[in-house]
Amino acid sequence: MYQYNEIDQKIVDERVEQFRDQTRRFLAGELGEAEFRALRLMNGLYIQRHAPMLRIAIPYGLLSSEQLRMLGFITRKYDKSYGHFSTRQNLQLNWPKLEDVPDILAHLAKVEMHAIQTSGNCIRNTTSDHLAGVNPDELEDPRPYCEIIRQWSSFHPEFSYLPRKFKIAVSGAEKNDRAATLVHDIGIYLVKNPQGEIGFKILAGGGLGRTPYIAQTVREFLPKKHLLSYLEAILRVYNQHGRRDNIYKARIKILVNALGIEKFREMVDAEWEHIRDSALQLDENQLQHFREFFTPHAYDKNAADDSSFSTQIQADKNFAAWTKHNTVEHKIAGYRSVYISLKAPGIAPGDMTDEQMEAVADLADQYSFSQIRVTHDQNLILADVKQGDLHALYQALGKLGLATANIGTLNDMICCPGLDFCSLANAGSIGIAKQINEKFDNLDYLYDLGEIKLKMSGCINACGHHHVGHIGILGVDKKGEEFYQFQLGGSAAEDASLAKIIGPAVAKEDVANTLEKIIDVYTDKREGDERFIDTYRRIGMQPFKEAVYA
Amino acid sequence: MTKHIIKDRQIIEDHWLYTGGEEEQAIPSDEDLDIIVSFDQWQNEREKLLNRNGKLGVCIGNGVSIDDIKDELGNFDLIAILFTAFKDGRGYSYARLLRERHGFKKEIRAIGNVLRDQLFYMERCGFDAFDLEHGNNMENALAAFKDFSVRYQPAADDAATISG
Repeated sequence: MYQYNEIDQKIVDERVEQFRDQTRRFLAGELGEAEFRALRLMNGLYIQRHAPMLRIAIPYGLLSSEQLRMLGFITRKYDKSYGHFSTRQNLQLNWPKLEDVPDILAHLAKVEMHAIQTSGNCIRNTTSDHLAGVNPDELEDPRPYCEIIRQWSSFHPEFSYLPRKFKIAVSGAEKNDRAATLVHDIGIYLVKNPQGEIGFKILAGGGLGRTPYIAQTVREFLPKKHLLSYLEAILRVYNQHGRRDNIYKARIKILVNALGIEKFREMVDAEWEHIRDSALQLDENQLQHFREFFTPHAYDKNAADDSSFSTQIQADKNFAAWTKHNTVEHKIAGYRSVYISLKAPGIAPGDMTDEQMEAVADLADQYSFSQIRVTHDQNLILADVKQGDLHALYQALGKLGLATANIGTLNDMICCPGLDFCSLANAGSIGIAKQINEKFDNLDYLYDLGEIKLKMSGCINACGHHHVGHIGILGVDKKGEEFYQFQLGGSAAEDASLAKIIGPAVAKEDVANTLEKIIDVYTDKREGDERFIDTYRRIGMQPFKEAVYA
Repeated sequence: MTKHIIKDRQIIEDHWLYTGGEEEQAIPSDEDLDIIVSFDQWQNEREKLLNRNGKLGVCIGNGVSIDDIKDELGNFDLIAILFTAFKDGRGYSYARLLRERHGFKKEIRAIGNVLRDQLFYMERCGFDAFDLEHGNNMENALAAFKDFSVRYQPAADDAATISG
């Protein structure tokens, strides 16, 4: 993984001191509330319902065991001994004290971490495929390019006061997109052109929130050396022309759709012509420098010779189910990537305790080259585990409550913190998650239902990505009461689509029952191994509507 | 009352008179004064302004973009970029374009809601003069230029691109 050089370390160290001084000036009354607000947001610090919320950046979701251990330590020392992994591969602390934040940042800086630009109207943490580098689909590992974007975008002097927040995702291929690339302000796919060269396809204008849009293609093929100049051109057009009069119309998706993609492309390309050959151009040495941080691990060539794995699969039915649902194929024979489910029944989706963090860090040291990944579905991954180690790992995770074999099922839902923590939310998404978990508690039934992406947001800001759930649930407020609106047919993958509202919102106590009615239609109408989303696409909304409002 | 600004990282006395900017004022009869006019004044009274003895600056921002003046830059000794709100970051792009694309070498001054914590970025984008909003301590603000000793990307200050 990427390792800081002197410049990187100096920047985070100087950032700690800068923020320490800003906090001091605010607490001393030298810095106004509005001015400090913008500054603290650019350091991931919100003031929430109960306490500040600090969002710590996990660049493209990759953590070392040392870093995860530090996160565990921080949650224990400065928070309530747990943290919340978000849909953008970051970690949120819900209970830090404002005056402690500079010290938290100093601890983070010791392990090459920070909270830079995890909020505010600037370029946010660049996200990526959680199986980058180990999956058979990708043309190339996207993470070197994520790191290049991370550096370019950090403290960018021109783009730190944008009209609105700005999110970039990079995926190693268009096929099997796990990075929700098409619902980002800029989405980037590694692609191959007819000449066989690998470069980037650049899309812009995707996003969720109040007005969801799927990103549109700005450039079909961009040579790698031009990555930063092209991004800079897009950002410069957006910074000058994005709306600033209305916060709800300020994202780049609104600009792209107001101008039309052709006009937008024309403006970007006109800007790019001026800067494409500037100092932003990346030479092959620079690209290689970043690629070298992400070369394959020293895999055991004999890993596939192990025979204990198949024996244990035969002997232990639960292990077999876990292996089937919570592990995936690795590009190296004899290895698998292991999902650590943070969706155990009764736990808020994405939450993890300090002890679990430290224990998983130890397991990563023991079994997976000391690295951990965070997925955008709010789970963790140990990406490089030998098949011969899987059973021992499974047992260790089981003791930690982290081996619930529900990855990809209805219970593996994406969920925002909701009313319980967030000052924007209308609805308690965490309580709803619990209600659903209790209703659908039979794992065999869940397995039979297959892959269903259930995504829930506590308000229209859509942090839980409900627009792109196969089934989306949105919390709405009706005269002070919580109601829940169902949406069907969304997808955040390469076949991205926006879910449609099924009908009037239902009362809180009816959420799980309504979900059951929807699922019953699916099990009744599905053909063969058809996934929920495919059945929906084939039969349309009507049968579901009739069942829900019968 | 003598007014001060920060120019080239030093606190200096400022002699420029703003007839444009946050509020518009009549162009003074004293033709020797150096003045910063609004874009409207520039458009409406171009001949008169060009025939004065004093130096001429124009204020952009707040709806006036770089495209509105880019072909006439030779007429100006100073360009002021107005920040009506510090969160409106268009001025950062304007300053870079003035320096890097249009070769404007004279003073680019940030005016309006200009605060200590934005100075580092502003200077990197090509601003060399800062008229801090009233109430900001200029001595303390000078430290802001040294918030960071290293940089990740090229801008108007010729920093190298990302490490590696």
